[in-house]
Amino acid sequence: MTAKGKALPRLDLPPLRQVGRPLRRVDALGKAVGTTVYAGDFTMPDMLHAKVFRSSEPSAHIKQLNVNKARALPGVACVLTADDLPDGKLITDMPGQTGQERRKESDAPVLAARGVRFVGEPIALVAAETLAIAEQALKLIEIEYEVLPGVFDPLEAIKPGAPIIHKPDNIVASWKIRKGNAEAGLAAADLIVENTFRVPFIDHAYIEPEAGVAWMDDQDVINIRVCTQVVEHFRSIAQAVGVPHNKVHVRGTMIGGGFGGKEDITVEIFLALLTKETRRPVRLAYTREESILAHSKRHPFIITHRTGVKNNGRITGAKINMISDSGAYPYLSPYVLLYATVTSCGPYRIDNLTVDSVSVATNNPFASAFRGFGGAQAAVAYEQQMDEMAKALAMDPLELRKINYLKTGDFNAIGQQIKSAIWLEEEATQALAALGKKESVSDDAIKIGQGFATTMQSYGRIMWFHDTSRSWVGIEQDGTIVVRCGAPDLGAGQANSLCLIAAEVLGVSLTDVTFYNSDSAVTPLAGTTTATRQLYMSGNATLKAAKMVREVLLDRAAQHFREKPNNLDLADNKVFIKSDPQQWLSLADLSKMCAVDGLKLQHLALFAAPFADKLNPENLQGDIFPDFTFSAHAIEVAVDTKTGEITVLKSVGCHDVGRAINPIAVEGQIQGGSAQGIGYALMEEVQVRDGVTRTPSLSEFLIPTAKDLPTTRAIILESGTGVGPFGAKGIGEPALTPAAPAVANAVANAIGVRIHNLPLTPERVLAALDRAKRG
Amino acid sequence: MKAKAITLNVNGRRHQVTLFPNVTLLEALRDLNYTDVKNGCEKGDCGACAVELNGRIINSCLVLAWQADGARILTNAGLGTMESPHPLQEAFADAGAVQCGYCTSGMIIAAKALLDENPNPSETEIREAISGNLCRCTGYSQIINAVQMTAEKMMQQKAQE
Ligand code: FES
Ligand code: FES
Repeated sequence: MTAKGKALPRLDLPPLRQVGRPLRRVDALGKAVGTTVYAGDFTMPDMLHAKVFRSSEPSAHIKQLNVNKARALPGVACVLTADDLPDGKLITDMPGQTGQERRKESDAPVLAARGVRFVGEPIALVAAETLAIAEQALKLIEIEYEVLPGVFDPLEAIKPGAPIIHKPDNIVASWKIRKGNAEAGLAAADLIVENTFRVPFIDHAYIEPEAGVAWMDDQDVINIRVCTQVVEHFRSIAQAVGVPHNKVHVRGTMIGGGFGGKEDITVEIFLALLTKETRRPVRLAYTREESILAHSKRHPFIITHRTGVKNNGRITGAKINMISDSGAYPYLSPYVLLYATVTSCGPYRIDNLTVDSVSVATNNPFASAFRGFGGAQAAVAYEQQMDEMAKALAMDPLELRKINYLKTGDFNAIGQQIKSAIWLEEEATQALAALGKKESVSDDAIKIGQGFATTMQSYGRIMWFHDTSRSWVGIEQDGTIVVRCGAPDLGAGQANSLCLIAAEVLGVSLTDVTFYNSDSAVTPLAGTTTATRQLYMSGNATLKAAKMVREVLLDRAAQHFREKPNNLDLADNKVFIKSDPQQWLSLADLSKMCAVDGLKLQHLALFAAPFADKLNPENLQGDIFPDFTFSAHAIEVAVDTKTGEITVLKSVGCHDVGRAINPIAVEGQIQGGSAQGIGYALMEEVQVRDGVTRTPSLSEFLIPTAKDLPTTRAIILESGTGVGPFGAKGIGEPALTPAAPAVANAVANAIGVRIHNLPLTPERVLAALDRAKRG
Repeated sequence: MKAKAITLNVNGRRHQVTLFPNVTLLEALRDLNYTDVKNGCEKGDCGACAVELNGRIINSCLVLAWQADGARILTNAGLGTMESPHPLQEAFADAGAVQCGYCTSGMIIAAKALLDENPNPSETEIREAISGNLCRCTGYSQIINAVQMTAEKMMQQKAQE
């Protein structure tokens, strides 16, 4: 259960009435009773059913594509190929969205025209009267490939002579950090430790596969009801379909999990094209297999650390090399690589640092956003490297970290000053204390190990994206509150947090707030639900809007009571005089008074993150993120040395979240995020052989079940120093990041040898034990 | 293959439908707008489509609609409503067991099946009972809390009766 921090330097947080209390989320009951309607649940009269024809080859020239038989099948309304499209590309580089980082000519086409670059690449679209007819039509599409040599390993893809996936070469992004003098730093070291770590492709495996319904309305607007993390894709969809921006309306639904996989466009453009062509409603829902083939993956990385350290534990310098596999199209690879690069050396002060990172195109499935966004991969490497250094120095792993932790006011790897609290030492200490003593076992074959990891993960987007959010708050004449904000809700409680903030500021209970969200035309645009940004961005926008409404209410009440507004407060659906709470007026009566006077009771507020200029990619020195969340996770494992099987016995996550807006939701983020981290460490891997996904189902791509995990104890600390509302920091991604390296460190502690590649499968454990035995 | 008229008794309502033999119960239920029954895989891997069939929990994607002809089918939405939720639904909402909610209906059906048989389950028994239901959001702990909370509440209620 939740524990509060002890004896920590606390800021004076304002007295809050609802924020921080474990209230039922506004969206919870509707979901619990099965009333919430998800994207795949909508149907419309006269609706067509769509299917996508996809490539079976990872690298091929399309010699011939013939859809005539499919078109002729009775019940088929339309078949579209690249020939029928306005040269559509999946372009998402929009001001405020991303930063024009992508190389020209490497954007994914909406439908492949001349060639295909990965298995599952979309080639044609079918819409038919029934799903069965659409499926039958797919079988009638005739395609002739000329198979081309492919490349499936990023290390091969950067060699001269490798097949080129996008001209001029396979390096789709690169970043460098140049800070101090890494050579000199390494030369000054007493000891140099070098390790290479690898992590695989991972699927988001949200339980809701991608789905949507689209239709044209009486203004010729293409309406798309879809589960997406980004309703602002309406502009990219419009461009791809060839209509003005204001002719696409994305109506986001409650999302059955996203984790980054519904950040890029999925079904939207296909639906828009088909409904525009047929002028009938169209539904498209992916099967699980199609979902795994069609959407992005978490990037595999190969990360090498070469770190110099003094005998006293002080790091003198480091050289870090990162290679990520972007798969066939870059999507968000440049930014994922940037995040990984920025956090490559972790929350440690290293004055002499060189980092070289590249993202490489291959004929594998494409990789893009996934909770952690490069920061998770970086952490797997830097936290294992810290433990390896501690081992080489025969030093306690926490002692070594303490000597090197960043402190508030320090400058990180990119020379950005950290102004918020950095409570890593406290977090690690508390997490380890909660873990307690190692379990003892009588069986000699079972080895128990403990390990931990401490990490940093940004929240809020890259500052050169110039991120903004808007939120609208209004009070009704009966004193109830409406919040309208475009923020999509992934299930993490984004909408609830906004309601809670409005309830707090306006003195009503959470059940008095109704929200409308995730609509590109009707709710104010709030930006993406990605990058752990919604509480920070839309939370601040909602706070601002609610405060504007509060001011109007207090001014009017001040007149009524002949008091200064400062002497009044709002709580329990009333306005009252602070010094004499018996004198009160209901919010309903107050808002009616305001209405009579024609006062403005609805306010739209814009919150802008701090903007910065793009950094020089050759050294990356400057400010990139609004702030970071600092976290610790500790794990105890039992390793069966006979079978290689690993059991996680105990798990503790300790995070300074700045301010827990809803502690149950924060605990849920820590438990759910760490479950994904533990899965990452132990079992998850999308296996791709020669470009073919070998694990296209949830019985092949395994995620943790209830039997695979212990309860993660969540220790929530509140420094109040975040840049979110009420001093909150973000927790969505940070919850995941430290768990996987903590598991890896616990396993290494148990068996005495390091396994450098995730996942830590029984085979790898046995092989490592074998290697150790043979010396 | 010929279509056949069958009767599906869902949440106390009778539906006469004419279906081909290859239609799964999941498809049939969703076509009848029981959309609380979710499609997460259609292969028996995720449990999102779980319903009760004559009192036994099954994955509706693995059962053909014809096999359910005349049977009693209970979905999560049949357990309670917004105005009068089932104790499990209430506990799920209060304990944080609902994040995205996509696994929730199947989870609640699995939890109900457990509590019907074993009103006072241990944590291990709960984990076992929901191990066929995948959740990608919660890490399961708050779901387990919700089941424990419900068990306690229901036992207290029994004791008072
Ligand atoms: S949809 Fe039936 S088990 Fe997944
Ligand atoms: S709450 Fe999202 S899958 Fe369980």
